[in-house]
Amino acid sequence: MGFFKHLMDRRREPSSGEVAKKRLRLVLAHDRTSVSPALLNTLKDEIITVISRHVAIDVEDVQVTFSQSAHESRLVADIPLLTGRRRRNK
Amino acid sequence: MRARVITVTSGKGGVGKTTLTANLGVALAMQGQRVVAIDADVGLRNLDMMLGLENRIVYDLVDVIEGRCRLRQALVRDKRLSELFLLPAAQTRDKSAVRPDDMVRVCESLREQHDFILIDSPAGIEQGFRYALAPADEILIVTNPEVAAVRDADRVIGLIEAEEQGPARLIINRIEPDMVRRGEMLSIADVVELLSIDLIGIVPEDKAILVATNRGQPLAFSSDSSLAGQVFHNVARRLRGEDVPFMPLREPGMLERLFRFMRSEGN
Repeated sequence: MGFFKHLMDRRREPSSGEVAKKRLRLVLAHDRTSVSPALLNTLKDEIITVISRHVAIDVEDVQVTFSQSAHESRLVADIPLLTGRRRRNK
Repeated sequence: MRARVITVTSGKGGVGKTTLTANLGVALAMQGQRVVAIDADVGLRNLDMMLGLENRIVYDLVDVIEGRCRLRQALVRDKRLSELFLLPAAQTRDKSAVRPDDMVRVCESLREQHDFILIDSPAGIEQGFRYALAPADEILIVTNPEVAAVRDADRVIGLIEAEEQGPARLIINRIEPDMVRRGEMLSIADVVELLSIDLIGIVPEDKAILVATNRGQPLAFSSDSSLAGQVFHNVARRLRGEDVPFMPLREPGMLERLFRFMRSEGN
């Protein structure tokens, strides 16, 4: 039984220790820079406004996130452009 | 010899600052160092109880600051170790009675005749933390492998960096190796990676610590019989500049693991 259980476990839920680490990583990143989730949303809205003034973008898929490694933090904005074909499909 | 002033702090309360300060004081004194442990938690003093010196207090830190006694009169000498002293906090006052430069002045007058001045900081990041930090040459951050304690530790590290104080080093207290192995507790590596500061001590969860506290007899006195007691001595030696490898936390051997496995399969 144990063996099969192990196989099944490959798709197991993350352990509580892993969850704790993931949550801490995010919350520390926010604490350290005072970039709150609310601020990220504001940034996202304003970025969309500015950029769509000049090019067509896929507003639904815009993502503004915050990432952090040991010694640097960065804001990452992922802004998909609407290409000719995608625009026709919409 | 001019003493080094080391502040023990954490942000969050209840992670083991006072226990650590008491045990480090004992360990350093047992290693022949002249130590003063200052309880900076004015209004909520407890270092006296950890050290078993609560019945011998005559004057306290605030009496010294306000000039009701000389510094020497307020120092309580440990009855077991002649080179360990406690400077107790006032119990009937609050933290507004102490300013950062008061602490700097008190520490300056203690420096000449001691090797180590340990300051047990109050929890929080308010005035008490500020005055405990003011005279520090070095800082020990105590945390537990638990989300709230780690988050608060990170906040405190940020404040220390902003004040350009330090170096700050980390002590992870109350780790439970069994839980880490099952993935149910943040590991040492996780905490060190999240906080990215140097590690100076790992203290396993140990019921003997509560027993020692009950008696006012810090575990560091019995370093032969307890793992945690030994750990405090190792931290003391690292503070003194020795290169002491981290002890392996007790892990079950192969056989023990096999038995456990068989038992769990049987259920």
